[in-house]
Amino acid sequence: MGVRRRVGGFVLLVNPILCDGFGHCAELAPDLVHVDEWGYPIITTEPVALSNLAALESARYAVRGCPRQALRIERVHDAQ
Amino acid sequence: MIAPESVPRVLRHAAGRPLTLAQHEESFGPLAPGAPSLELLESSGLTGRGGAAFPTARKARLIREQRGHNKFVVVNAMEGEPAAHKDRTLISANPHLVLDGAQYLAGIVGARHVAVCVSRDDPIMVNHLQRAVHERDRHGARGISFELHTPPWRYVAGEESALVHWLDDNESLPQYRPRRPHILRIGHAPVLVDNAETCAHVGLIARYGADWFRRLGTPTSPGSALVSVSGAVARPTVLEVPLGVPVRSILERAGADPDPQALLMGGYGGAWLDARHLDVPYSEDALAPLGSSVGAGVIIVLPRAGCGVVETQRIARWMANESARQCGPCAFGLPAIAEDLARLAVDTPGARAAYDRLIDRCGAIEGRGACRHPDGVVRLVRSALRVFAAHIEDHARGVPCPASRSTRHYSAVPSLEREEELIWE
Ligand SMILES: Cc1cc2nc3c(=O)[nH]c(=O)nc-3n(C[C@H](O)[C@H](O)[C@H](O)COP(=O)(O)O)c2cc1C
Ligand code: SF4
Ligand code: SF4
Repeated sequence: MGVRRRVGGFVLLVNPILCDGFGHCAELAPDLVHVDEWGYPIITTEPVALSNLAALESARYAVRGCPRQALRIERVHDAQ
Repeated sequence: MIAPESVPRVLRHAAGRPLTLAQHEESFGPLAPGAPSLELLESSGLTGRGGAAFPTARKARLIREQRGHNKFVVVNAMEGEPAAHKDRTLISANPHLVLDGAQYLAGIVGARHVAVCVSRDDPIMVNHLQRAVHERDRHGARGISFELHTPPWRYVAGEESALVHWLDDNESLPQYRPRRPHILRIGHAPVLVDNAETCAHVGLIARYGADWFRRLGTPTSPGSALVSVSGAVARPTVLEVPLGVPVRSILERAGADPDPQALLMGGYGGAWLDARHLDVPYSEDALAPLGSSVGAGVIIVLPRAGCGVVETQRIARWMANESARQCGPCAFGLPAIAEDLARLAVDTPGARAAYDRLIDRCGAIEGRGACRHPDGVVRLVRSALRVFAAHIEDHARGVPCPASRSTRHYSAVPSLEREEELIWE
């Protein structure tokens, strides 16, 4: 399992309807998320390799830390 | 049969009032008996006329592959676009052709219900459709029931997920759909949404076949399409034109200004086309490289006497007000863009900064709403920055054109109902 899970990549996705724009995610996953001038998250749309464990970890923090449960990690297979 | 090389097609036999079912069947012949065929639709190459120009057969196939007996076909006659008048023209001419198409599509996907949606703020359309639906019910439509639904008018109410959400839950709000294609549902029932004009074309393809349909248009954009021409024209008109004809010929037929400055193509979420390109064929694939599109079949003619910055600003402001305000980037971003454009339109000292901010904000907002409403505005603004570049340079230097101070405007933007709502900061 551990090996297979590192193949491919992931993206962090936000549901803009749920998002309240307080920007906690940008603090929890600063590498993936920065906020726009109104405080709403702008998330890297490029897939991140699953082997980048630090990024995956911070994405998980953001998902768990989001007060509106607006974030989701989605696996993609065509990562660089 | 309608001679294949002639237009109008869907607007054929239009009289002063909508055709009754009997008149309609007498003019066009009855809808062919036999099973509706997805292959026929596929080989016709019909694309959606509601704005996205997506192949109609591909959407139908996706819904047909879904399980369930309770599927819906939704006819989108909301026509949220203020500059568009085509669905209304079509329904005032022949509502039954639209219903024929919907019935045929229902047969293809295996739907039992057809929901026709028209804005309640247009009582004449409601009336026409009510009568047509009533006639259908009396004269039997082979196990398919027709219902009329009348959501309140809003620009985004015509967006397909908002429309389906309204049917499902009485709220005209677009939904978040992270994966595309996304199957919209009423309850658990899969829904096929098609524009009213698209349905009318299906009604003709069902009768006369795919080859007949392809006799007009280009191989990649076959058939004819309705165009609402407004702005610098003698009279705003709706025309039916073969796809692929030069844009100039549409202007000629509409009696438009022969030497305009630019055209707004596709609608309020469309893009400006420089008047240098008037000879480009009117089709998605010819317009796309120029950053423009057929979209919802709208052409707004901007004469040389007009100011593109001001027109864009008025449209953007209206579009900002029409945001459903569910998503931050749309609710805050669109008013901010409209504000920047306003700075650019008059000679305030901040014009240069506003120009730079506009470019940043367009980049920041794009693709971040739940629906494509903000993307439409971004597209409009970017096209304006491109097409009116020289003109904008003057504005940014603080010397706006005389036209920007004129009170004559060419895009008939509705007045804002609640202007104060636009102030967010
Ligand atoms: C903000 C927004 C507003 C829309 N308004 C309408 C509308 O008023 N009427 C319409 O037919 N399609 C409208 N659309 C397009 C629909 O979402 C959908 O693509 C279309 O009805 C599908 O039909 P078609 O495949 O026949 O074009 C809108 C889209 C967006 C993003
Ligand atoms: S933490 Fe969640 S609700 Fe807060 S800004 Fe990020 S995505 Fe939006
Ligand atoms: S993008 Fe704008 S119009 Fe679309 S759902 Fe979000 S707030 Fe509403």
